[in-house]
Amino acid sequence: MRFEARETIPHWLPWMAVAGAGIGTLCFAAILIAAAGASPLVGFRELLIGAFGSRNAITETGATATPLIFTGLAAAIAFRAKFWNIGAEGQLYAGALAVTYFGTGLIELPPFLMIPFLLIVACVAGGLTLLPMVLLRQFMRVDEVVTTLLTNFVIILLVSYLLEGPWKDPYSLGWPQGAAIIDAGALPQLVPRSRLHLGFAIAVVSAIIIWLVQSRTVFGFAGKAVGLNQSAARHAGIPVTKTIICIGLLSGGMAGLAGATETIGLKGYLTLDLSPGFGYTGIAVAMLGNLHPIGVIFAAIFIAIIYVGADAMSRAIDVPTYLADVIVATTVLAVLIGLVLVRYRVVMRG
Amino acid sequence: MAPLLEVLKIRKSFGSLVANRDISFNVDSGEVLAILGENGAGKTTLMNIIFGHYLADEGVVKCAGRELRRGDPRAAIEAGIGMVHQHFTLADNLTVLENTLIGTQSLWKPMLSTAEARQKLVALAVQFGLEMNPDAYVHQMSVGEKQRLEILKTLINDCRLLILDEPTASLTPQESDGLFGSIRKMVSSGLGVIIISHKLNEIMRISDRIIVLRAGETVGTVRTADASKRQLGEMIVGQKITRPERRSSRMFHPKIKLENICTRKTNLQATSLKNIDLTVRGGEIMGVVGVAGNGQRSLAEVMSGHSKPTSGNVTIKGIRAFEHTPMSFMEAGVAYIPEDRNNDGIVGDMSVWENAVLTETQNAHLIGKMAMVKTSQCRSSAEKICSANDVRFQSINQPARLLSGGNIQKLLIGRWFARSPEIIVACQPSRGLDEGAISAIHRSLLAARGGGAAVILISEDLDEILALSDSIIVMYDGYASEPFENRNVDIASLGMMMAGDGFNAV
Amino acid sequence: MIFDFLEVLVNAGFWAATIRIACPLLLATLGELVCERAGVLNLGIEGIMSIGAMVGWTAVYMGADLSTGILAAALVGAAFGLVHAGFTVYLGASQHVTGIGITLFASSMGYFAFRLLLPSSTTPPKIIAFQPLDIPIFSELPFLGEAFFQHTAFTYLAFLAVPFVLWLMNRTPFGLAVKVAGENPMALEAQGIDVLGVRTLAVIIGSALMALGGAYLTMSAFDAFYFGMVNGRGWIAVALVIFASWRPSKALLGALLFAGLDAYQVRAQQLAGAVIPYQFFLMLPYLLSIVAMVVAAKSTRYPKALLTPFRRGERH
Repeated sequence: MRFEARETIPHWLPWMAVAGAGIGTLCFAAILIAAAGASPLVGFRELLIGAFGSRNAITETGATATPLIFTGLAAAIAFRAKFWNIGAEGQLYAGALAVTYFGTGLIELPPFLMIPFLLIVACVAGGLTLLPMVLLRQFMRVDEVVTTLLTNFVIILLVSYLLEGPWKDPYSLGWPQGAAIIDAGALPQLVPRSRLHLGFAIAVVSAIIIWLVQSRTVFGFAGKAVGLNQSAARHAGIPVTKTIICIGLLSGGMAGLAGATETIGLKGYLTLDLSPGFGYTGIAVAMLGNLHPIGVIFAAIFIAIIYVGADAMSRAIDVPTYLADVIVATTVLAVLIGLVLVRYRVVMRG
Repeated sequence: MAPLLEVLKIRKSFGSLVANRDISFNVDSGEVLAILGENGAGKTTLMNIIFGHYLADEGVVKCAGRELRRGDPRAAIEAGIGMVHQHFTLADNLTVLENTLIGTQSLWKPMLSTAEARQKLVALAVQFGLEMNPDAYVHQMSVGEKQRLEILKTLINDCRLLILDEPTASLTPQESDGLFGSIRKMVSSGLGVIIISHKLNEIMRISDRIIVLRAGETVGTVRTADASKRQLGEMIVGQKITRPERRSSRMFHPKIKLENICTRKTNLQATSLKNIDLTVRGGEIMGVVGVAGNGQRSLAEVMSGHSKPTSGNVTIKGIRAFEHTPMSFMEAGVAYIPEDRNNDGIVGDMSVWENAVLTETQNAHLIGKMAMVKTSQCRSSAEKICSANDVRFQSINQPARLLSGGNIQKLLIGRWFARSPEIIVACQPSRGLDEGAISAIHRSLLAARGGGAAVILISEDLDEILALSDSIIVMYDGYASEPFENRNVDIASLGMMMAGDGFNAV
Repeated sequence: MIFDFLEVLVNAGFWAATIRIACPLLLATLGELVCERAGVLNLGIEGIMSIGAMVGWTAVYMGADLSTGILAAALVGAAFGLVHAGFTVYLGASQHVTGIGITLFASSMGYFAFRLLLPSSTTPPKIIAFQPLDIPIFSELPFLGEAFFQHTAFTYLAFLAVPFVLWLMNRTPFGLAVKVAGENPMALEAQGIDVLGVRTLAVIIGSALMALGGAYLTMSAFDAFYFGMVNGRGWIAVALVIFASWRPSKALLGALLFAGLDAYQVRAQQLAGAVIPYQFFLMLPYLLSIVAMVVAAKSTRYPKALLTPFRRGERH
């Protein structure tokens, strides 16, 4: 058995590959549910009920998908340029810090100004958090994977310090959490009396805008060339470093928006458990979305179903909730296999 | 007695391309067999099959009458076949001795034994005139030394049939002579040798028998003593392709001028430039010769804005350059055809049309409002470039990596020349291409010269340099010689200079 | 005040802590080093350490003896190494993404299995971990004895990994092949050696070492398994490999230096905790890793074939 490079790749093949990866992952999950002593069919039924079974479940899935779309975009934008930003978790918190700083009374504007303002500062904060790592890679050849990963720990410790110290909400009865976001800065709900907020719509619109930028503009064209072959792009006179810096700012900015919408949309204040690893899950979302902004929307919803559903399933059939994390991790590996099969065909001879 | 090597009906295809079609031949001991053919004729593929790197679709290889295990270099080595690849298979981070140890001992031995290997290395080196220091690191060695090491590696494995793939590609003429001396010693001690080349002259000198391949098929076998160059030349190419001739042209004002340029070593492989002064005028092709790695690449990078000199001035069309970026040099009229067209030239996974306009991201014609790419204009512009330069493809939307080497190079040259550059820096523009593509590229370069452009041609192919250049400089260890007029130079003296002769000023 | 900060350095407890903190880092760094020398970046390290910690601990908790626990951890590490090699070496998938995928997969599988085995434990159960083993005569030396010769057997084992890796890389034909695989795989192929096999075995050995680094946490440094207990040590090890320029002896130096700073920071925290919040001390290891990478980045020479997949019979 050996691999032979395909001469042409039909445009639908990568989508088949990610779909196949999703199905493969669910099969693997079925084995794990069986290993935990429960029936996979019952498990999946509970999972679907948990994610779709009620108005509440559906809005909850949408609310969970919101940060995942943003972090998925963060990873997809960067990975497309072969910039391995694994720091979305830290950038998410940077965005949350920024909205907490400006949104808890420092500045007061009417909502139609306040909300865009907060989103912009979060975006900038996320981008600036990634910027040093972009510069280190481009100018000093320091591997960005490790630096972005390590920065996550630093930022989370910074958040911990701020929430236990200077930014601690005095009314929080000893819990380390930030002051509440002022009403003018809070995102309105999309569905009344639910946790689904305007952030979901903003995430979808962001994905569409990024798709348009990537597919239609010179910046997208240059970004594609830089991602596929940085050296050839440089030789063709494309400003590679500038392009990568812009991509880095955009990627970090998206992760920052995830933190902002969670803070001003979902929770209303900053806590240390704002993100249960949305930054890392974003990598799975991006891979499953084939690094395509529109694909990311669907992938994020898929992963959100797993997360929200797995909670319900875990309660119903007593399987550890960590199953959701296993599924997310498995999708990354399954998509990788799928992508290899997209580029190469398996030849059974010789 | 069975011949040393017997190759029977070898057939191999890569996807839709048939690289070898029913090729058969023998080699005896004490014989030098040359496999001659232009680039892409299937020579290297054939050798890779004999040595076991590739799996043939059909056919067998027999060594001393015994069939070799297919697709296993170990089997070939054990049967006494040794191969010196065109791209050296040496680990730069190890010493000479360590490199010769690779594969000579079982991987599962708890201790490497080196004493015996060291003795054998030294003895063989003396016997065949391939002396070297066993403890030198490979990254410190010259191309010629690396090649001697490659040959020693095969001898250490008790090789009886030596395959040399384009062994002289980056050697000076004198180093080639030395290599041929060693080959004669090996042949007289009973080895068989297969030498692959596309250079007629040296094949006529060293071989006993010649097999000519064309487009994957055997065209014929001749005894070297009975062959004539003209007959072989026709066998190689098939139909008659003539390379264009250089006619005298008018020289214009200086287009690019380097004054006292020095550069810093950017990585371990690069050679820094030392006090380079040169001027290239419009209508002039300046050939740059030198053994690979003597600063040619650094020179090209300085002239194209890819690296910033640590001292000295670059003056383009009379204006001193301050911003050393590819973009600003491009705007000043520089075009740079890099040596590695697959990695520095095209973006293989982008389409032919996208690659054709990749240099035009600042071109107002192709960009609409809100920085939108005008796709239809881009495509028609790409189509124009491709048809003007005879770039052949199935679809303008196909990924550029599927194009042949010649078409890739024609595409790259086409897209650069469409910008009407006034200074062209071309590195190894015809390396690895077939005769048709070489002629086309030479014609393009000469046409640019005729149009008044200044061309800097960096090449390891001395014949190409002598055919195209008006003036020639030699580079050695980052220094550049004074320019010579083409008619005043001969190959032997160029070769001496490439080896460092005359570069005593340090 | 300044005197207090200096006094830490002559405290035997500080040196003993340095040795303890260095062990997991040392094992992980050596493991990553072996992988990268073969041309394979293994970012699965964080997850492999995590699952090594979980498996080693669980084996002992389930009744195995401590040495079996070590073996179990190494085997699980090797198995995940095999998976990583399957993806990156045989399939040629992106080493970056695969590594992150392996980390997510190994740690979540570890947590899942842990919860499955111990469904309802709120306070983490404990095992009887490795106990200090006094080296006769030496352990009674004043200062030196307490600092260096009253450690657990696992600690001594971790330091023995340095001569092991030195021997493996510099004295055996296999080590030579590993170094060639990471520099110019065609040089192996041309000698008829299976590049993919050499790389795979190197990744397996390296991953087993990483898992031991994780197991050290639950079986010697502590006696229980917590979620997230590896806490970025794997990423720090990746930085240390660069800092060490891929040399085992410099990896030892790097791990000790790093551990020393970490041990010092804990003590400085006690001295200066009132002035400087503890979070800033905790940030130090991560910030220092970044600094170490920046310092090393310019001067160091990467294995040339790092990140480059090799495919036999493909036209190069």
